Order: sequence, then C-alpha cells, then structure tokens
Amino acid sequence: MSAKRSDPELESLHAEPIRWLGVVGEVPAIDRVTEVEPTKRLHLRIVGATQATEEGTARRSPSDVRCNAPREEAATTRERSAGRPTLFRRIFKKRRRSGSGIEARVGIRALVWLRRVAQLGFFGLFMYWLVNTGFRGSFSSSEQVIRVGKPVEGFLLADPFVAAITALSTHTVYRGLLWSLGLVALTLVFGRVFCGWICPFGTLHHFLGWLLPSRQGQGAKRVEANKTKKWQGLKYYLLYASLAAAAAGVVVGGVFDPICVMVRAMGLSVLPATQWVSTHVLGLAASTNKLWLQNAADKTQDLLASHVFTTKQVYFHQAWFIGALFVGILFMNRIVPRFWCRALCPLGAMLGVFAKFAVFGMEKDHAKCTDCNLCLVHCQGADSPQGGVKWRQDECHMCMNCETACPEDVIKFRFLPGWKSRKTELVPERRTAIASVAAGAAFYALHRQSDSSAAEVNYTSKAIRPPGSVDEHAFLERCIRCAECMKVCPNNALHPAFMEGGLEGMWTPILIPRIGYCEASCVLCGDVCPTGAIQKIDETQKMGRWKAGAEGKEWEVAPIKVGTAFYDKGRCLPWSMATPCIVCEEFCPTSPKSIYTIDDVVKDRNGNDVKVQKPVVDPALCIGCGACEKVCPVVDQPAVYVTSVGETRSKTNIILLENSSYNQKT
Amino acid sequence: MPIVPKSPPQPPRVDRPTRREVLTRLGLAAGTMAAAGALARWRWDKGGFGQHHAEGERQVRDFRIKDDGGLDFAVVTNGSAEQLVSAALAAMGGMKRFVSSGDVVAIKPNIGWDRTPLHAANTNPQVVAALVREALWAGAKTVVVTDASCNDPGRCFQRSGIWNAAYEAGAQVVLPTDHYFRTLRLAGEVLDEWPVYTPLINANKVINVPVAKHHNLSKYTAGMKNWYGVLGGRRNRLHQSIDKSIADLATFMRPTLTIVDGVRVLMRNGPQGGNYDDAREAGTLIASIDQVAADAYGCRLIGQKPENLGYLAMAESRGIGTTKWESLRHREIDLSKG
Repeated sequence: MSAKRSDPELESLHAEPIRWLGVVGEVPAIDRVTEVEPTKRLHLRIVGATQATEEGTARRSPSDVRCNAPREEAATTRERSAGRPTLFRRIFKKRRRSGSGIEARVGIRALVWLRRVAQLGFFGLFMYWLVNTGFRGSFSSSEQVIRVGKPVEGFLLADPFVAAITALSTHTVYRGLLWSLGLVALTLVFGRVFCGWICPFGTLHHFLGWLLPSRQGQGAKRVEANKTKKWQGLKYYLLYASLAAAAAGVVVGGVFDPICVMVRAMGLSVLPATQWVSTHVLGLAASTNKLWLQNAADKTQDLLASHVFTTKQVYFHQAWFIGALFVGILFMNRIVPRFWCRALCPLGAMLGVFAKFAVFGMEKDHAKCTDCNLCLVHCQGADSPQGGVKWRQDECHMCMNCETACPEDVIKFRFLPGWKSRKTELVPERRTAIASVAAGAAFYALHRQSDSSAAEVNYTSKAIRPPGSVDEHAFLERCIRCAECMKVCPNNALHPAFMEGGLEGMWTPILIPRIGYCEASCVLCGDVCPTGAIQKIDETQKMGRWKAGAEGKEWEVAPIKVGTAFYDKGRCLPWSMATPCIVCEEFCPTSPKSIYTIDDVVKDRNGNDVKVQKPVVDPALCIGCGACEKVCPVVDQPAVYVTSVGETRSKTNIILLENSSYNQKT
Repeated sequence: MPIVPKSPPQPPRVDRPTRREVLTRLGLAAGTMAAAGALARWRWDKGGFGQHHAEGERQVRDFRIKDDGGLDFAVVTNGSAEQLVSAALAAMGGMKRFVSSGDVVAIKPNIGWDRTPLHAANTNPQVVAALVREALWAGAKTVVVTDASCNDPGRCFQRSGIWNAAYEAGAQVVLPTDHYFRTLRLAGEVLDEWPVYTPLINANKVINVPVAKHHNLSKYTAGMKNWYGVLGGRRNRLHQSIDKSIADLATFMRPTLTIVDGVRVLMRNGPQGGNYDDAREAGTLIASIDQVAADAYGCRLIGQKPENLGYLAMAESRGIGTTKWESLRHREIDLSKG
C-alpha cells in the first residue's frame, strides 16, 4: 500500500480522486468508510445488468466496478431499494433479449408454462397421495372393511424402473405395474418428459436449483456447471448394477429409485419431523392460559391431525439417516444443479435408454449460434443444448428452457428431427459398465452366503415381515423399499430395517412391536404394496375363521402369523415380582386368546399371599402381532416380545410340528 | 549507567478513536458483560435432580344433579336399543331431568377396540345415537361423543359404528389427539397426577355409556372401568392394582348418569372378544345415578357376583355408591310384558 501512483484519467473523472493502490486484480479492503469490500461488490446485483448476471453473460468487468466505487455504491443502494428483483419481478420481468433478440415460438413459450403447471400439479398430487397414505376414518361411514381407497401408490405403479427390476427378479409384472408401459410410451414419443415435467423429486431439484445456487453457482460458473460432464454416466452404471442384482434375485435398486426416495424420505422423515415441530410449537399455546389462543391452537392441531398427519406422533426406526441423505442430496443443488437427476437417478438413466428412440426432439442450426450460452444457463439435464456440439438426447429432461432462452433461433424442438447433431451415450465406458453388472451380481452372492441374510438363515430374529408378505426369497425379489407400507400403517408398527435383514434388506419393512403393533383386522400394507412383496389379503385371510361348530378347535381359514410371542419370565411382574398385571392378555386380539393365564398364589417378601395370573403363550394360536409387547409395562425391554419364528410365509422358520401353518391339514 | 537500547521511533498513531467512540465502545463491552451476567444469574441452576413433586388441589369432577326425589335406578329388558333407551329415560323422569337447556353434554361410550358392533367390545352405536338425540331434544347446546381408545382411534371410531351413528344423530365426535390431554391431580390411592382427556371433563353434564363385558383381570367391567378412557399416558401400569385404579377413577369422575349397554354382552375373551359367539344378546339396559349400583346389577349379565368384584367393595367403602341397588329408588321394566 505504500507505493502510490496517481492515475490522471481517473482523477479527471472524479471530484475526489481515489488512491491508486497499485494492485492489479483483486482489490484489498481499505479501512475507509466510503469504500466497500470489493469482493462483495462484484456480486451486487444491478438492475439492467441483473438479467445478465443471472444469465451469466454481460457482467460488468471488475475494473469498472472498482473504479466507480463511491458513485456505484450510491447507485446500487438506490437501485437495490427501488428495483431489487423480487420473486414477482423475477417471474414477470420484461425480458430484454440479448443478441438478435429473436423470440421463441409462441407454442414453445406456452409449453414452458404448461410444464411449470404440470410440475406443480404432479408434485401436489404426489403430496396429496402421500399424506393420504393411511387411514383416518370418517364420520360418514361405518364401513367395516377398510381400504385406502385412493391409488396412493400411483407414481410407483407408473415407474418403469420398478417394473423392470421386479420383472427381472420375478419374471412377472405385478398387477398395477402394467401402468409403467404408459410412461415408456410417453418417453418413446417425447423423451424424458417424466424427469422434467412429472417426477416430484425432479421438480424439487428443479425448484431448489433455481432457488439456491451458491455464489459460485451463478453466471459463468453456472454455464460451466451445466455443461455435460463425464460423471453423468454414473447413473447408467447404477442402472446396470441394479438390473444385474435384480436378475440375480434382489431388487436393491429400489434404494435409488426417485419415487421410492421421495416416499421414504418425505413419509418417514420430513412429514414426521414437521408433525413434531408443529405439535411442539402449537403446544406452547397450552401454557399461555389464554383461552382463545388455546382454542385456536387446538383447532389447528385437530385440522392437521385429521387431514395431514395422524392423531399420534409417529416415529420411524433410524429415519434420521434417511432424512440426512435426503437433505444432503437436495443440498447438492447449490453446487451442481440437479446433481441427483444428472448423476444418480437410475430411473432417469432407464428413461434415457428409451429417449434414444424418441420421436420428438431437438434440431440445431449451428451456423446461427453466437456462443451466448443462454441455453446453458437454463439447462436442466446438462445435455449440451448449445451450438457446435451434439445434443445428448438421453440426458435431456425436455424442459424446453433452451429454446425459449435462445435469442438466435438456433434450437428447435420438433417431431422427427434430424439426427445429425444428436447423440446418446448409454454405455459411456464399456468396461465400467461390465464391472457394474458384475458388482450388482456379486452383491447378491456375497449377501446370500453371509449370516445377515434373512433369506437363507434368520439369525437376527428381528426381520418380522408385514402380514401377507411372501417368503423371504420372493420378498427380496419384490420389495423395492418404497416405504408405502410403513407410511400407511395406522399403528406406526412397520419400520425401515437398518441392518436387521442384512445390507440387502436395508429399508425393507420390519415390524417393531415396541413402537407399534400390527392391528389384527388391518390389511392396509398389502393394499398399497406396488410390487406384491406384501400380497393383497382380506380380513378373513388375516384373522382366520373357525370352522362353524368347532370354534377354537379347527380352522376353516387359518390366520396369517408374522411371528410368535415369548415371555421373559425374569422381567414379568406376575411371574417374578408377585405383582398382578396381564395387560398383554387384555390386548391379545385373537379369540380364544393366545395368551392364557395360570392362577397362582405367591408370597411377597413379607410372606403375604398375593393372587397373580401368570401369562403363557399358546404358540399354535399366537399370530405375532406384538400387541402384548407394545403394552407391556416393562418399558425399555419388555417382558414379552415377538420374534419372526412361526411365520406363515416360511417353510423353515417354524417351531411346531403340528398346528403350525406349514404342513397343516386344510 | 547501563545503556538502554532506544526503542525504534514509533510512527504517530493515525487512527485514534475519539472520546465519544471510546466511551461508546467501553459502554458496549460493559453492557454485554452485564447482560450475560444477568441472564446467567436468572437461569442459575444450583444443582439437584429437578424431581417433580405432585402439588395442587385434588381434582374431582362431579356432574351429578341435585337429589330431587326422582328414581335413582332403572333396568329395562327385552327391547331394541332405541326402545330400551327411551323406556329407561322415561322411567328415570326424562332426559330433561338431567340435561338443562344450553348444556354441553359429554357422552362417553366405550370405543376402545377395533371391533364391530356384533363383537360387543364397544358400546352399541344405536344406544349412543339414541342418547345423543335425547340430549339434543332436552336442549343441550352441544353433545360431544368421544373416548380415548386402546387401538388406533380412526379404526375404533369407524368400525364400532359409533362415529357414523353419533354424527348422524347430531353429535360432535372428537377423535383423541395428543394435544387434548392435560395433566390433572387425582390424588387417589394409586393414581396421582395423570394426563386427562379434556373433552370428557370440559362439559356441564357427562353421561357414561359403557358396555357390559367380561374382563379376565377385573372379572366384569362396565361403568367404573369405563373411566380408563378418561386417562392418557401409560395406562398399562394401572393393571398392577386394577381395583384401586378403578375406584380412584370413579372417585374422580362422578357422572350425571350411567347407562350400561347390555343389549349384547361379551361373555368371554374380554375385553376385546373377537368371535361373534363370544357375545350373547341380553337385551338389557341399566340407567343409574349411582355408578356402583349399576355395576353391581350389571355383573349378573355375564354371570358374575358383586362379591367377586374387588373394586365394588372399595367404591362402596369410599362412599361413592352402594352395591345394594334394591335399597335405591328403583324400577325394573320388562318391555315384553307391555
């Protein structure tokens, strides 16, 4: 700072000359009130140049800003207060088009708006179905047969990735999954419109990529970020590995399916967390002693409980992990817009395969391109819309932003476009692709030989599957970990497994009776299961029916058992603490009750007689619902607990020779 | 003299704060310290476990009417649900004896279980609906029908048929949601502070409408045991001393009227049942101002004797009521005899 030099040109421009600091490039901060830290300066938004800053083209050169420092500051303060681009202005601003300023075709501009409406609508529909994945009851009905009644798993049924992996594992297409053909057809005509127009997860990324790019993610950096990257091929490897694992027999790929991610993270983590926060914030009103405030808060809580959440707070096993991953993936938008869609989404990759043959697509007039990069600023898929390179049809989300942004009439979307300037790279690296397939298949083999596999042996005893589940082998061939069953469960009984079913069983549903038990007459989990891992059973199949005249002795339809209850007599009050209890027996839903009691008179420590009823499980009747475990007053580690043994679906995980559901005379 | 090395000449201080600046800055520093100190002193925790001790007055909710010399106890047999209710109320002097114009009436059926009416684990929906209509006819401003269920409330309320029936009859049906529970002090023998379900006590009149049922631990349950549904929290501890818990609850809740639904009673596998043949048609309805008498009479519906029910003796000794229902002003009506 010591070397001082005057700049005659600058001095002539300003009444009060600014010291020339002799530093080229970044200007260090000076302790003077009139000047502002230059690094901040560069990023001030200036109306007029704002669109440019946003669009990353004509930004004022740094030297410009620096030289005009004092005057500039006054100007920006004024402009900031007067013309800061509010949300309203950002949407409805009159665009001054750069370059030749040729407007995009009206039809295309209308399509972009239609896309926004569709995105909003489909996201709304997804959330509507999600919050209605459950049963709330109704004053207008005394219907005793309870089903969800809305196609809440609709997005999953339309998901060709789900259909493909389950078809590879089971060699069948389960029920409603035929709907996914519709999406295949749509993609074959219009390309990956699902990603850009329909996918609720994609919409979330689109929105966040627009809302929160970092300072490094704007302007020229954003142009750079939206250029096609090598690592976008990752999702294809993920797709191939998922398909290979599915062909081997485990549809672990569902972990990465975007709809599964949305249902799982929103249903098990975001909504319950929102419920928790709203309950606690509204609960503050109760401590105010202001009656009107309490009433208003109570009304709000009623409304939320009956339309959005449930009457009781829900808790999910290790759901923090699901939520953290979700937030992390969403956060990536700050650095790379739509990182998930570009790099990871296996459904996107699969639609890319079909998009290769799409009828509708882009044609470019490279000669007209002035390299203004406006198309890249708004590009969603990072699919090289700019002139001079080939368009990546398999990467394009069909958002139509590039054509609207292009001021030179370079980009045109049309039916049956020429294929000269388009390409697809479905197998970016052949060797890596082969390695992915091998990895997917190896994943299967490695798990089946390890002790954590619930399919081969069940050493963990914690993998209690929902009622109506198919045998564990078939279960892993079908369960895509979409969490629909966990969301729909009225008692908060079903939870995403962490390691209880091995790594291959991660986030598959397990019953944790300590948190919630399986309601005896409820069949909702099978009702919403999109892949048949849990079959659609009815109440009679679930609860069984005694043969008329032989009640309690012979089944006409045997009930479905998910496990068996066991007593830990050392912790049981009547068994070891001379205290009456038998809440377990009271809650046992079978008839006759699977828990019977033995009357006994025991001595307490003072030698007094205490009458107790000691509970015992009849394994032939117990259905493993876990109501006993849930209500046991020994809270932390209950005196009665359920394990998976005795489950109807298994031919090996059973106890009894007679009276078991396997090998039973019917 | 030792030679002291001269310090190099200091450049003159260019950025000297003004007096005003110095004072402001020192003042800010001192203010921050004072604020931090005050905050810490205000919230100073001198240790201890912060054990909560129950305090405050013992709470009793007494909804009974003044003794007006009318009938205390009526039993009606052999009729449909609606006939039984209207006959019983007519015998007792009509609903207007119990409900005044403008009252908020809370009706507390048993909606504890995810069972259908035929299972007889919950109160008969027709009985509830008939009571709602009677209360509204008697001039009640609002009739609230609710219970804190054992199973999932949505399923219990719908499948029991009570939600629909009560709504159609004009009642306001409230689903038990977490926020409705507020802690009250019962100060009973075993129950002290418990979360209480507020819609059942924020009323002018409360009508208890249990269903007569078998229960393995307490043998027979109806009127007094039905007050389990007024509690939240971990009710599963109550069974360790079930008779005292029931007596404590009956001490806390003194309803305007107890109507025991014996239209269809659960004979075994209580309190849930599960098979239709666990229950039998009994076609009986008990209306009583005295909840102890109602249970003492009702237990015969499932073949029990009042002597076997520990909570009845306990309640009687506390002066809540009498097991000798014959000593009350009573009437027995058999509708089949015209």
